[in-house]
Amino acid sequence: MILLTRKAEFSSAHFYWNDAWSPQENQRVFGKCANRNGHGHNYTLEVTVAGEVDPVSGFVVDLKQLKDILEREVVSVYDHRHLNLEVPEFATRIPTTENIAIAIWNRLDGKVPNAKLHRVRVYEMPDLFADYYGER
Amino acid sequence: MTGAPKAYLSRRYRLSASHRLHSEAYTPEQNRAAYGKCNNPHGHGHNYVVEVTFGGQVDEATGMVCNLAELDAFAQTNLLDRFDHMNLNTLETFQKLVPTTENFTIEVYRIFERFPGAKLTRVRIEETANNSFEYPAEYPTQIDDRKG
Repeated sequence: MILLTRKAEFSSAHFYWNDAWSPQENQRVFGKCANRNGHGHNYTLEVTVAGEVDPVSGFVVDLKQLKDILEREVVSVYDHRHLNLEVPEFATRIPTTENIAIAIWNRLDGKVPNAKLHRVRVYEMPDLFADYYGER
Repeated sequence: MTGAPKAYLSRRYRLSASHRLHSEAYTPEQNRAAYGKCNNPHGHGHNYVVEVTFGGQVDEATGMVCNLAELDAFAQTNLLDRFDHMNLNTLETFQKLVPTTENFTIEVYRIFERFPGAKLTRVRIEETANNSFEYPAEYPTQIDDRKG
């Protein structure tokens, strides 16, 4: 098995808010992130897949194909969008970096031919990122 | 929470500190042979990047593995206030321990292990853009396997 990683970028708006809590409680837990007008980040996505090298092509997956899958499944849905308001999985789930990594895993799982999803890493900024390995 | 997805959150902190690599167990010649330029008696310094990783089930209410504000506050008190713009050799921790980045990484692990908000899975320190150290050596998911 070998691991292969492809990066993609998207820029999105979000805010953190739990409807079950009072505005004061949201403010206390989420601080600046609770501003209902939203704020934004340049996210970097790193998708790592595991697979066997095809003896003929020398590839695990065709990178062009992987790039297209990331574009179709993630970037075209998330880029220049408000995650809370425009992306269905975040209507009921707070778009934290952790939840974005999990949501991207769920979008990609089973979609990459000849390879198994190994890790989804999402950087909200260079000094903050979340990893998801499909663990429950 | 059983069955909730388990994710890992990593945060990087930057600090600048000086150190000198020197072992009391070695002769001056052995120190120079072992540590080279790093044995300069006046010390030298680095811009360290400390990366800490926490693993756990994502809290349904907050969407988080750990509260970032609490982690940043803990890091300010226990990492940055203690080590940033310091000479590592003068600190209590390194009186009997050579302040190599290996030893520094293990020390930082011991510090963040005490963070009450989440379970530490790994510490990685970049001493320079070309040197980095990770502790423990196992991959996060392997640590989970080992501990069941």
